[in-house]
Amino acid sequence: MIDCHFDPKDGIYELVLNRAPCNEIGSAMLLALEEVLETIDPNKGKALILRSGSAKGFCAGADLRELYEGVLAHPDGGHEAKLREFLDRIHSVMDRLDTLAMPTIGVVHGVCFGGGFELALTCDILIAEKTARFCFPELRLGIIPGFGGIPRLKRDVGNALVRDLLLTGRSINAKKAVQVGLVSQMVAVGEGPNVARAMARQTAHFDGDAMRTCKSFIKPLPTEELKQEKEHFLRLFKNPAVKAALKTFYESDDVRPYL
Amino acid sequence: MATAAKLIELAGKRFKVETSQMTPDQDFFQALNIDSIQALELLSDIEMEFDVEIPDYELQGVVTFDALAALIDKRR
Repeated sequence: MIDCHFDPKDGIYELVLNRAPCNEIGSAMLLALEEVLETIDPNKGKALILRSGSAKGFCAGADLRELYEGVLAHPDGGHEAKLREFLDRIHSVMDRLDTLAMPTIGVVHGVCFGGGFELALTCDILIAEKTARFCFPELRLGIIPGFGGIPRLKRDVGNALVRDLLLTGRSINAKKAVQVGLVSQMVAVGEGPNVARAMARQTAHFDGDAMRTCKSFIKPLPTEELKQEKEHFLRLFKNPAVKAALKTFYESDDVRPYL
Repeated sequence: MATAAKLIELAGKRFKVETSQMTPDQDFFQALNIDSIQALELLSDIEMEFDVEIPDYELQGVVTFDALAALIDKRR
């Protein structure tokens, strides 16, 4: 589900998400993220690249089918405790990625939606291939992002863009993402990993203590807002409209659900 | 070249469909046999090629190449 490569010569980790169809984040992907993080040694690693092996894109977000099946399995509302546990665990994963003691470079192509966008936002630097498309579609379902995406997006870009993306649920392309400062470089299709490796090798030259100090100074974890976002999500998730929207998504075979 | 014709050329190249098999009044989802994720790829191509920004919600109900071309022209 996640291939982890380590190049001992340069000290570069490369994590490749590989779950069909497009790296949806459900219980299996969560467990894989937890397990792969256990293997990352900050004393050995000097940089980390996070990318996708799926042709469709970086990550299509939370596994909504699994989420809806969980709701169906607990018609009495007992799903809430499981959902909170899932959120606690995914927040822990996101926070650990966010604060890893080495520079992290995300490579995005194709779809980078919802929870996938939230995962990308944990990275220190983002490289987008020309096909990349970023979106927070959660409000279409009657919820907000729940994996820490809002505080992290607010940390990285202006609030006007945050409102535009969240309140309209529209997607933006790689060029726009560079223009608004979300992404550092836009590169040709297929070139993302090579560009990221060159960048990782460059950062790996720098002193580890200086690198860690710089990173923690310029990229603090928005702890309080992350907690608030989680509670807002859990409250909104109780609304009947959310279950109805998930049902529609679950049962739809329309090829145009995003449009 | 008219926008619809350029659009057909762009879409045909992206999804490897002969341009001669497509007409401006066709449903582009059907003509190209694409899913929602591929439609987003096409949207990115269109935005880059025509130097426009098209919010997804403006594509609601846009089905044919002609209609899509009209949307692009309005945005230019």
